[in-house]
Amino acid sequence: MDILTYTEAHHRFRDRLREFCETEIMPHVDQWENDHIVPRKIWQKMGHGGFLCPTLPAAYGGIEGDFIHCLIVTEELSRTMQTGLAAGLHSDVVVPYIESFGSDEQKRKYLPGCVSGDCITAVAMTEPGAGSDVAGMQTTAVEDGDAVVLNGSKTFISNGVICDLVVLAAKDPAVENKHQAVSLYVVEAGTPGFEKGTQLEKMGWHSQDTAELFFTNCRIPKHNRLGEKGAGFFMLMGKLQQERLVCCMGGVVAAERILEYTTAHCRRTTAGGKPLSKSQAVQFALVEMATEAKLGRTFMEKLIAEHMAGENIIVETSMAKYWATDLANRMANRALDIVGEDGARESCLLTRALRDARVMSIFAGTNEIMKGIAAKFMGL
Amino acid sequence: MVDLNRSQKQIQKAANDFAKGEFDKDQALAMENANEFPDAIWKKAADLGFIGVHFPEAYSGGGMGILDACLISEAFCRKDSSIGTALALSASGAECLVRFGDAATQAAFLPPIAEGRLRCGYGFFESGCRSDLSGVQTVAVKNENQWIINGSKSHVLNGGDDSVYLILCRTDPDAPPEKGLSLFVVEGDREGIAVREAGRKLGANMVATADLTFTDVIIPAANLLGKEGRGLAQAEAFFEEAGILIAAQCVGTAAGAFDRALAYVKEREQFNRKLAVFEITRQKIAEMAMKVEQARLMTYEAARRCDAGQGLEKFGTMARITAARAAVEVADEAIQLFGGYGYMKESEVERFYRDAKVADLTLGGTIHLKNKIAAGVIGKLK
Amino acid sequence: MDILHYTEAHHDFRKRLRAFMDREVVPHIDQWEADQGVSREVWRKMGRAGFLCPTLPTAYGGLGGDFRFSVIGIEEISRTNHGGLGAPLHSDIVVPYIMSYGNDVQKQTYLPGCAAGDIVTAVAMTEPGAGSDLSSMTTTAEEDRGQLVINGVKTFISNGILCDLAIVAAKDPHETNPHQAISLYLIEDGTPGFQKGRPLDKMGLHSQDTAELFFSNCRIPAENRLGEKGMGFLMLMDKLQQERLVTAVMGISVAEVMLEWTMRHCKKTTTSAGRPLSRSQAVQFALVEMATEVNLGRTFVDKLVVEHVAGNNVIVETSMAKYWCTELGKRVADRCLDLVGDYGGLEQCPLVRGFRDVRVMSIFAGTNEIMKGIAAKFMGL
Repeated sequence: MDILTYTEAHHRFRDRLREFCETEIMPHVDQWENDHIVPRKIWQKMGHGGFLCPTLPAAYGGIEGDFIHCLIVTEELSRTMQTGLAAGLHSDVVVPYIESFGSDEQKRKYLPGCVSGDCITAVAMTEPGAGSDVAGMQTTAVEDGDAVVLNGSKTFISNGVICDLVVLAAKDPAVENKHQAVSLYVVEAGTPGFEKGTQLEKMGWHSQDTAELFFTNCRIPKHNRLGEKGAGFFMLMGKLQQERLVCCMGGVVAAERILEYTTAHCRRTTAGGKPLSKSQAVQFALVEMATEAKLGRTFMEKLIAEHMAGENIIVETSMAKYWATDLANRMANRALDIVGEDGARESCLLTRALRDARVMSIFAGTNEIMKGIAAKFMGL
Repeated sequence: MVDLNRSQKQIQKAANDFAKGEFDKDQALAMENANEFPDAIWKKAADLGFIGVHFPEAYSGGGMGILDACLISEAFCRKDSSIGTALALSASGAECLVRFGDAATQAAFLPPIAEGRLRCGYGFFESGCRSDLSGVQTVAVKNENQWIINGSKSHVLNGGDDSVYLILCRTDPDAPPEKGLSLFVVEGDREGIAVREAGRKLGANMVATADLTFTDVIIPAANLLGKEGRGLAQAEAFFEEAGILIAAQCVGTAAGAFDRALAYVKEREQFNRKLAVFEITRQKIAEMAMKVEQARLMTYEAARRCDAGQGLEKFGTMARITAARAAVEVADEAIQLFGGYGYMKESEVERFYRDAKVADLTLGGTIHLKNKIAAGVIGKLK
Repeated sequence: MDILHYTEAHHDFRKRLRAFMDREVVPHIDQWEADQGVSREVWRKMGRAGFLCPTLPTAYGGLGGDFRFSVIGIEEISRTNHGGLGAPLHSDIVVPYIMSYGNDVQKQTYLPGCAAGDIVTAVAMTEPGAGSDLSSMTTTAEEDRGQLVINGVKTFISNGILCDLAIVAAKDPHETNPHQAISLYLIEDGTPGFQKGRPLDKMGLHSQDTAELFFSNCRIPAENRLGEKGMGFLMLMDKLQQERLVTAVMGISVAEVMLEWTMRHCKKTTTSAGRPLSRSQAVQFALVEMATEVNLGRTFVDKLVVEHVAGNNVIVETSMAKYWCTELGKRVADRCLDLVGDYGGLEQCPLVRGFRDVRVMSIFAGTNEIMKGIAAKFMGL
């Protein structure tokens, strides 16, 4: 029984993308991990192949796909074991802000580049002093004639170095109510007063150019505001369901990859002349891991179906984000327990998997924030 | 509960002071990134007697016990899990020399180890049998006054010319493992040893791990440790002791991650309140504190039993599992409490977590170790 | 999104069944728990009202419904917070043996009574010396002058006291291949040589009349064998997918019921400071974590039900679901009690019965370790 209805177009899309990953991505991943960034060219190639922003209308160059295309991209990219080419973040988290809240002019200006890979996006919410607490934001946007002046700094910004366009959250210091003070702005790289820091040194996500962004009297045209003034908080909230679902997808597919890898390892590795997979302790561990992966997969697919149907599943996506990302962590840990010291070498993909999985329970709202949201909407 | 005596309290304090004075966070970050052994710190620690505190005094040791060694490891790892691990493991396997070496062997090897001139690593596991020592394939053949070693060993620490290895070999191909294996001490600069570095690891990157290949490596007969054919029993006894020492590193790693998390939640504000005010933070802090204490209790008790000459009955292995689990879980929760910062190398806790996980994989890993505990507890079936 | 696609008929069945439970079951539970068994009357009432064996063809008095009716039956019994009325065992585990493997005579003899509640059934596999390991069974069935002679002891038999008909697994002592030695037999209550023990004193499921069954030179007609001779093992295996799914549904349903109760309790109970328990962040997180796992389990089970109804082979997944959902039931019971505190130690707190009753689920219908072994095997490990 398929919860999601795949069409021929989906299957073809997956086949093409898988081949693309094998020829264009896999051979370069180790290099990218060393470089702490991916080349701009790969974004353009992705765009050229039709793999960026697959849900956008054809008018902007998109293939008018649905959210299943997004799932396919997440699944196929997870096989490449790299995080630098953050297509999911770009296509499914950042660009939708422009698509949903941008004016016609903004859409015409930016979306075609987003689809072609010429305009790589980032979203800048988190600040050094305001992590999970969006309302504690300090970055300001003050109107000055036809311009808006931005001041402040943002941190942990994925695509931070490579990005051409940033969707920035900033508040009007004159507005008391913190929920009505925040607006979103699009800021182009190269705007005077907008500077990018160097890549942050992280536990994992080594090919991802996560960075700090600095805004010092950065003047942008007033029409660079996305949507209504003061609606930023609600725009952010409105998009979180999809963002969390994207994180849930990331967690589930990471767990599946880890399980696949570990199972194959246990079948081909022998100890005392017997494959590891014949050890009862190993078997039980693999079965337990597989069970949790299936539980996560089934729940995720149901939520995707509901999300595509436009249902409000704020509670369930919050649950799914925390559970699936914890799952990826747990899975990486257990996989290493099974594989042992061999797995702790960088030459073994499980080491990267563990390092990369660890951040998932922190970003896009920590898992504690997720539980708080679920509790709130469950009326507790 | 283990009561520390005056001398132990002094050692603990001295180790804490040393770590505080000598371990530098930025230097540690750089060394870990570069897979670099903390050579200068190691030599200084050796000068002050922190290495080989459990070796006999006659051989530059401190003449003290495993508990004393544990207190030092804990203090070092608490200040910095990577430096602490590197210092503790600089003498990894030397317990075999202390336990099974004759006077001449001890005189030859223990002083340079304790004085920070020689590092040590044990080579028991092989890729063919993993941690199941009954399947050891590396052979040592006696030839008059020499042994000739052929085979390979995996996951050997401190591979290199300025090291010495404890190598488990099959000396009687026809005998069952409990009689057919013997333990040798092999100098790293012997001819015929090929060292293949494992490269970057998940953690514990200040200590090099390598796979060794022995091709007609000739060692003198005197390099046999103890009696021929006793290798498996020696290895098992060593594992209990090694388990306690690794447990102590883990207690330190757990405590160090906990210290940092505790300081952070008392400092960091979100939603206009200190993180420490939130009930769920307090639940986590309580859970972490309990895990550190459980690990410490088991580790000290295991060390006490070991020093008192009591049978460990796998208690060292139990302490190793408990403490490593605690270290992984406490460091993991510390990262979570730090939020995005926890994932940044600058926060240190991500490194504590990686180091903890690698400790959790040592000595054959948890699944293997549980099987060993079970074998001990269940005994032979009728 | 409704994975199960329930029809009007399903909704109506649930509504009527829930009303029946409220009226005919809930008021008697305390008595049944004290009596170590439910009344025969409630079985008859259930049957008359059409709630037993909903999947049997109408010709035998069933509803001709699909497995989703069974799921509803399990869920609604779970809501009553007791485990004594073994209707799901009867309808969804035991009677299907007769339906699938019985000949026309056997079906006509027994099925109408099963649907009407006049015949309560039990299945007797487990023995004192053969729990998870069916092949070590020692109960024997030997042919003698056109009859069969059954000898042996069965234990942990649910509906053991009340049952009118037992499906008994026994082996031919002359057959050396343990997998080909077992056959299933229909043995009626009252047959000479068939004796029931006393209800076993258990940790939980107090209203369930679990008992030992004894067979001493118990003679039954040769035509009481169910299906082919020596096919018992395969028949048992074949029915296990549904049995496990039934147990998984029980696990998840019990978890839902306990969580629902606890959530209500935490909202309406205030601390000495006058604040509802549910305002505590620690309580909230615990409830959210439990709700999340319940959602995951429910979604997974719903999907498996659909697959099972469609006749798909989901042996791996049902083994997984059985172990995971019953573990979940236990975990939820345990954590709910933690939230309730001292009150949770009192018998008057409904969680107490749930906590006791759910404990056996990870043991019966194949222990959870057996489940993991089966999953491993069919995953090709």
